[in-house]
Amino acid sequence: MPRRTMIEAIRDAMDVSMERDERVVVFGEDVGFFGGVFRCTQGLQAKYGKSRCFDAPINESGIVGSAIGMAAYGLKPCVEIQFADYMYPAYDQLTQEAARLRYRSNGDFTCPIVVRMPTGGGIFGGQTHSQSPEALFTHVSGLKTVVPSNPHDAKGLLIAAIEDPDPVIFLEPKRLYNGPFDGHHDRPVTPWSKHELGEVADGHYTVPLGKAVIRRAGSALTVLAYGTMVYVAQAAAEETGIDAEIIDLRTLLPLDLDAIVASVKKTGRCVIVHEATLTSGFGAELSALVQETCFYHLEAPVARVAGWDTPYPHAQEWDYFPGPARVGRALIETMEA
Amino acid sequence: MADAGMLRFHVPEPEVRPGGTPDFSNVTIAAAGSVPRPDIDVDPRTIRDMAFSIIRVLNRDGKAVGPWAGLLSNEELLEGLRHMMTLRTFDARMQMAQRQGKTSFYMQHLGEEAVSCAFRKALAPGDMNFPTYRQAGLLIADGYPMVTMMNQIYSNEADPLKGRQLPIMYSSKEHGFFSISGNLATQYIQAVGWAMASAISNDSKIAAAWIGDGSTAESDFHSALVFASTYKAPVVLNVVNNQWAISTFQGIARGGSGTFAARGLGFGIPSLRVDGNDYLAVHAVAKWAAERARKNLGPTLVEYVTYRAGAHSSSDDPSAYRPKTESDAWPLGDPIVRLKNHLIGLGVWSDERHAQAEAEILDTVIAAQKEAESHGTLHAGGKPSTRDMFEGLYAEMPPHLRRQRQQAGV
Ligand SMILES: Cc1ncc(C[n+]2csc(CCOP(=O)(O)OP(=O)(O)O)c2C)c(N)n1
Ligand SMILES: [Mg+2]
Repeated sequence: MPRRTMIEAIRDAMDVSMERDERVVVFGEDVGFFGGVFRCTQGLQAKYGKSRCFDAPINESGIVGSAIGMAAYGLKPCVEIQFADYMYPAYDQLTQEAARLRYRSNGDFTCPIVVRMPTGGGIFGGQTHSQSPEALFTHVSGLKTVVPSNPHDAKGLLIAAIEDPDPVIFLEPKRLYNGPFDGHHDRPVTPWSKHELGEVADGHYTVPLGKAVIRRAGSALTVLAYGTMVYVAQAAAEETGIDAEIIDLRTLLPLDLDAIVASVKKTGRCVIVHEATLTSGFGAELSALVQETCFYHLEAPVARVAGWDTPYPHAQEWDYFPGPARVGRALIETMEA
Repeated sequence: MADAGMLRFHVPEPEVRPGGTPDFSNVTIAAAGSVPRPDIDVDPRTIRDMAFSIIRVLNRDGKAVGPWAGLLSNEELLEGLRHMMTLRTFDARMQMAQRQGKTSFYMQHLGEEAVSCAFRKALAPGDMNFPTYRQAGLLIADGYPMVTMMNQIYSNEADPLKGRQLPIMYSSKEHGFFSISGNLATQYIQAVGWAMASAISNDSKIAAAWIGDGSTAESDFHSALVFASTYKAPVVLNVVNNQWAISTFQGIARGGSGTFAARGLGFGIPSLRVDGNDYLAVHAVAKWAAERARKNLGPTLVEYVTYRAGAHSSSDDPSAYRPKTESDAWPLGDPIVRLKNHLIGLGVWSDERHAQAEAEILDTVIAAQKEAESHGTLHAGGKPSTRDMFEGLYAEMPPHLRRQRQQAGV
């Protein structure tokens, strides 16, 4: 099977979707001729023409607002916000408009758009190229939120997102674009070409939204993670020798609660890991759900490891990033609790 | 026609792409000295054509001509040349430092040095700039220490911003340089607010807003124009049109409006275009706009027509989207060469003195760099503490952050 980087897999997902369905259009800042600053749309304009893949003015609200209008017409826009940190001008369009169009018109109008954006830190991007705003989307009724952790899933999830009848936020952990990252920033990165999850089938396939996957089976404790943190959790499990079961959520909303409950009921312990800030982060929702559904099976308090509640700093990037040492400590404490 | 009723989707496209021959023949450039200089209390309706022309002072022979000439002494011009040369050398050294892994990121001004260096000289102490990442000339021309800029770029132990900000996102209230945000256009409207506050307080200070061609597409740009127009805010609204926004040519943001300056016309704001590679023209127009603001005549929109000769940033390679020789074909030339030739023509400068100045400036920049590096670089030597990461978010640290700082063990 061909191996692809996450960038190539994402590009392939759009390519396959554009090929199959001419209603699919792709646009965003620098997305047309150049193919995006991360090159995720490279070649699509040459292949499908400027009416289906084009550069947008620097106006995120305009990008999402016009995508909503196109969707109302009957197209299926898949737009790019250059960095998740720049989605805020579009937040009004996403939360008040895209999320509610079906509901408020009782299905008269719908909004099948995908809004892709690179997320997360680990590239010395400072405060405005590192954010993880997933909780700002999961909190909004009417949006779906997806966070892939590898090329295979990224392609299947993105095709599923494009085919989904409702608005989907597609967060791409940029630190994973070229290879899995376990948080050991001082070690060389394995490229996807050397990793089995870099195997990406040609052509059309989907990974369904709302289905988590067990990345590492274990019996001692459950780790709930997504995106980059899946690899950090794996490293922490290896390094502490704790037999952790690691669940890669893949979709935050709709959430695969069944997979979570089955695992936590089995292990009796749960650690939640994300890179976004702790307070009111998605981990808070997960923690509440685990408590509500698994309380009588829990042998230790549910723990959270997350980014500190500060803006993402530049120089102190690795003090901020919840790396394997911090996650490992949480695993040990949860086992000892 | 068979398809008379069929709509077509329009996407603007630059004249040439890589592989093509650069062609700026469609860029109409007024002759130096040809655009009149109206009184500052001119009725904006009578100068609408200025949004479509280009104010220029230096002609092809390097002479300063026309009604916008004659504001600066030879000493001031020599100082201006030195500022631009310093900024260019500073950029080259820092760009190299980035390549050497001493910092994560850099953005240079190559070809655009005149804009921020000359503009600074039109302001008074106490005025406030709300700059983008491409106006470091505002600091250089105001005597802000280069070592401090480098400390910030290196995120080292002497970084005044404690390593929290991306390189070049400086901040200095003392030097009238508002803290740079990485989010485009947000600060354009803030500059207007600052100016409104100055008027509310019956102060005499004015503000200067800064934005790039591409970023004028953001809604905040339009918010700024509405507020500035409504309240006649004492602000200079600067648009630096360097032809490119990363890989996107200016036509994508400009659309059908002809020029960026023309955006101001619908708001009744006097709107001027100026040769951004002409130090004298930039300064003269900035002075005119600043005076209008200070005399309660309200905002002025100024479009600086220039060219981003370098890459967008250290992460960018422009050869993927524009011809390599495009910058050589740019008809407004190089700001340093043009001022240099002007000064040589005036008899106060020479090639030898220029070469000597270049060498001196390089020495000064290298000395500053050595000093900055003695405080560390991003990955080596002294660095801001992990404690600093938790400080300064609130005036007083709330308990939850105190707890987290404890957990972090710092
Ligand atoms: C809100 C927002 N959207 C997108 C970006 C990414 N971005 C950074 S610089 C840039 C291009 C800006 O071009 P222009 O305004 O012409 O300024 P120039 O870089 O040419 O000086 C883009 C799209 C950003 N920083 N902020
Ligand atoms: Mg520009």
